[in-house]
Amino acid sequence: MDTNIQVSPGAMFTETALDRQKRRIENVVRIFLLVVTSLMIIPLLLIIGYLLYKALPVLSFEFLFTNPKDNMRAGGIWAPFLGTIYLVVVSLLVSAPIGVFAAVYLNEYARENWFTRITNLAVVNLAGVPSIVHALFGVGAFVLFAGLGESILAASLTLAIMTLPVIIASTTEALKAVPMSFREACWNLGATRWQTIRRIVIPNSISGILTGVILQVSRAAGETAPIMFTGAVFYKAIAEGDLFAYNITEQCMALSLHLFTISTQVPDVTEGIPYATAVMLVGSVLLINAVSIGLRVYLRTRKKW
Amino acid sequence: MNILRKKSATSVSFSETVIETLIRLCGVSSIIFVFGIFFFVFREGAGFLFNGLDLVEFLTSPEWYPTSLNNKRYGTLALILGTFSVTTLAMCIAVPFGLGAAIFISEFCSPKLRETFKIIIELLAAIPSVVWGFIGLTLMNQLIIAVFNAPIGLTMLNGGILLALMSVPIIVSIAEDALKAVPDSYREAAEALGATRWQVTYRVLLPAAKNGLLAAVLLGAARSIGETMAVLMATGHSVNIPSSPLSWIRTLTATIAAELGEVARGGEHYQVLFIIGILLFTITFVVNLIADLVIKGIRQQ
Repeated sequence: MDTNIQVSPGAMFTETALDRQKRRIENVVRIFLLVVTSLMIIPLLLIIGYLLYKALPVLSFEFLFTNPKDNMRAGGIWAPFLGTIYLVVVSLLVSAPIGVFAAVYLNEYARENWFTRITNLAVVNLAGVPSIVHALFGVGAFVLFAGLGESILAASLTLAIMTLPVIIASTTEALKAVPMSFREACWNLGATRWQTIRRIVIPNSISGILTGVILQVSRAAGETAPIMFTGAVFYKAIAEGDLFAYNITEQCMALSLHLFTISTQVPDVTEGIPYATAVMLVGSVLLINAVSIGLRVYLRTRKKW
Repeated sequence: MNILRKKSATSVSFSETVIETLIRLCGVSSIIFVFGIFFFVFREGAGFLFNGLDLVEFLTSPEWYPTSLNNKRYGTLALILGTFSVTTLAMCIAVPFGLGAAIFISEFCSPKLRETFKIIIELLAAIPSVVWGFIGLTLMNQLIIAVFNAPIGLTMLNGGILLALMSVPIIVSIAEDALKAVPDSYREAAEALGATRWQVTYRVLLPAAKNGLLAAVLLGAARSIGETMAVLMATGHSVNIPSSPLSWIRTLTATIAAELGEVARGGEHYQVLFIIGILLFTITFVVNLIADLVIKGIRQQ
């Protein structure tokens, strides 16, 4: 790192004009790049600060636990908040096992051949499909073809497929981090491939897998487009405080869609409510992410090999 | 030895066969889903695509009047140009920032600062697109009105800045991987010749990592093309051939999101929206494929 070599008087090498110029350019570049990188912190802080500042008068526990009222111009976010939890949990139940197993296949079973390359390419492409195309797929496949109708189930399945690559990518990374020698030692004791995976590979990578699963939750909670036409509705009244108020074969509200609705479709919303909704959405998503990052950092410090 | 193997084989074989079949099935699920997406989107739009839609008009006419009573027109040129203009603008902002940050994080940074920046970038990537749209609607809208004295701030510029902020994290993380993939021996050789760190970066690392950097930009662009909620809320939502960064536009994605809820299922307009979906799927598929080939190209070297 220390390219700025301090030349003391009487040293063997004296600084020439070229050295000085080199050093000056080096410093300018370093500061310029530091500024460019630091500039990215500003929008993050600005957004959180601005939203919080505008939302503070409205934010309270009551806001979280009351339904939207008065044609969504007042009240709280209970129905959309609970809806988002339903969507996230159901999508997680589908995508976590499929994603983890898919990563196990890609990392532990698949050989180096064209088929594996195509599978990997499919994962990359699945991650690149626009969210609105996932929505169209959800309408075509789950709502219409499978006959689920617009329901929590259809929306969650759409979300699950959309967030699958997140789990596959991070699980693959976690599995790769388990040293090959662990597997070889286990195979030498006569264990089969699956026994090795269950007893050695997965226990040694479970925390890495968990961070991926947590990331999936954060992604799924924030998505709007895929659920707009597959199960989330603008308004649906449910019992306040009842955790089982939704039925997964029916529609629900969702926090992300609710933010879209009250900021674009509903006139004369009480000042502060859209901001507070945005704060709740960003807050939950960033909190989940922070847990995932914290877990990862903690694990790195206590890795055994 | 033989006895042992026999015993373990009989006791685990059944459950193991089941679980391994399951794992293989999940492993290929991504392929099934990618084909499934194409199939089901295609299925909804196919009727009108092969029977009635004028494909030339669809791609080259700027007239998008899907709800007109006696002059229905399904031309998406304005929407395509909307998507590409806002993506181009976003890339003009995001590429210098993204690559600059990637170079700084990978070459000029102390390990501790690197971790901090990476966490910040990860958090930036986590902000949901509908919240970006909301920021565009409120904060950015007022800023643009104040700075450019524009009548309304929901413009291509607004959407472009938001998309830039959303694609910077992707560009940074992939570009950083690409720089990291350059062998350390390159850096050591250059430094041994007396090159400063910037000279090493500029003369050695950037040429060596150029494919990975290109892939980073492509994937950032793919992200921008596919983004829906932010551009739906922040770009003014009027079908318009863009003439300046302050003009109102509508993108392909925003059109689907805005109109799918209002059309009759199975009608022409409904099917056209699915055909736009096929178009979007094809564009992002091709961009992703190119990026993948570019990255694979490095590995073979």
